Amino acid sequence: MGEVQVLGSWGSPYSRRVEMALKLKGVEYEFIEQDLANKSPLLLKYNPIHQKVPVLVHNGQAIAESVVILEYIDETWKGYPLLPQDPYGRARARFWAKFIDDKCYTAIWQTVWIKERKEREKAIEEASHHLKTLENELRDNKFFGGETIGLVDIVSNFFSFWPDIVQEAAGVEIVTEERFPFLCKWKIEFTSCSAIKENLPDRDKLLAYLKAQFTRSAWKY
Amino acid sequence: MSKEDVLTLDYWCSPFCMRVKIGLTEKGVAYESREEEDLFGEKSELLLKSNPIYQKVPVLLHNGKPLSESMIILSYIDEQWPSPPLLPSCAYARAQARFWADYIDKKLFEAVCGIWRSQGEAVEVAKKGFIEVLKVLEGALGEKDFFCGDTFGYVDIVAIPITIWFLASERYGNFQVETECPKFAAWIKRCLQRESVSKVLTDPEKIYGFVGVARKMQGIE
Repeated sequence: MGEVQVLGSWGSPYSRRVEMALKLKGVEYEFIEQDLANKSPLLLKYNPIHQKVPVLVHNGQAIAESVVILEYIDETWKGYPLLPQDPYGRARARFWAKFIDDKCYTAIWQTVWIKERKEREKAIEEASHHLKTLENELRDNKFFGGETIGLVDIVSNFFSFWPDIVQEAAGVEIVTEERFPFLCKWKIEFTSCSAIKENLPDRDKLLAYLKAQFTRSAWKY
Repeated sequence: MSKEDVLTLDYWCSPFCMRVKIGLTEKGVAYESREEEDLFGEKSELLLKSNPIYQKVPVLLHNGKPLSESMIILSYIDEQWPSPPLLPSCAYARAQARFWADYIDKKLFEAVCGIWRSQGEAVEVAKKGFIEVLKVLEGALGEKDFFCGDTFGYVDIVAIPITIWFLASERYGNFQVETECPKFAAWIKRCLQRESVSKVLTDPEKIYGFVGVARKMQGIE
């Protein structure tokens, strides 16, 4: 079905989402690593508006914004559907994907960088509140998509590797089995799937990167 | 379908609510609109029950099943009542439409409100930012009548309600969109010729009045 390229970055969960979806659908692609500190002419050509990763290029046509790309992938390659067929189910999946991006990611990301202790505790509380809301949606299901991985699971990929690494690098604990039993169970199911496992960022590399960032920002707990 | 099967929870000046109503009108779907009388005070029980996470309008209740987030609702409307389609049929064109809808949703309302919320030198900065956004959208429009081509659709519906807020910013910012971005102004005029749009949009003069009150309350001169 034509030539597929992904402009991405090894550490970006957004760019990993696209690779996970393509792998689940058995679509072959060429990955082109981007240096975001030194943007390539290719990136500027294919995503002039946001100049960010990921970008999917299919037969020379470029699509940007990870969730837009996921929907395009789902419509173009029919194997392993990521969204349900019925309009209400699709709307619910899109709602949760948006909730994760708007609320969960920002809240969790911020907890790591806030230097002042009381402020950080407040940020952790907010992040936990959003994660609880998400966990109540997941409940005892294997995946957000039901029996198979769906759009919401892919958009949640951040939770499958980030919290552990942050805990090791910074001692900030958000996702524990005690507080989030269903999310922790989900993480095991999600990362045991080969299409996902192959697309998790290198743990040691990410840990080293985070530790360097912390040192640079004179972060203190 | 009887009228009470489709219910919208609304607020008179919300461009996000207007997106939903324009979408339903374009599809010829009869609906009941219920105004949240005290949106910033005591929200209705139905709103809190239908949208417990965000507690915001718009909400669409279809046969009692709630949906929130205006763009997600609009996609639902398009998929639930497929004719006439609001999105193009080809996957790449759909992806482009979703990209631009996302851009408008993230940038346009913030940009226009930034002008009337500012005072002194900040007004010029906000104006410049707003015009930059409009210029990007003019680029997206190109020579087409509407964002996706010859027919009014999803992206137009996402953008057009926000334009009722332009008058207030033009007056407080002392400029005219028609002068700065004539192509965009022409697109607004084309959209206003559609019955769904002219029927649903609130009079910009009413928004101007509302903005005047808001500025007084916030101590902006």
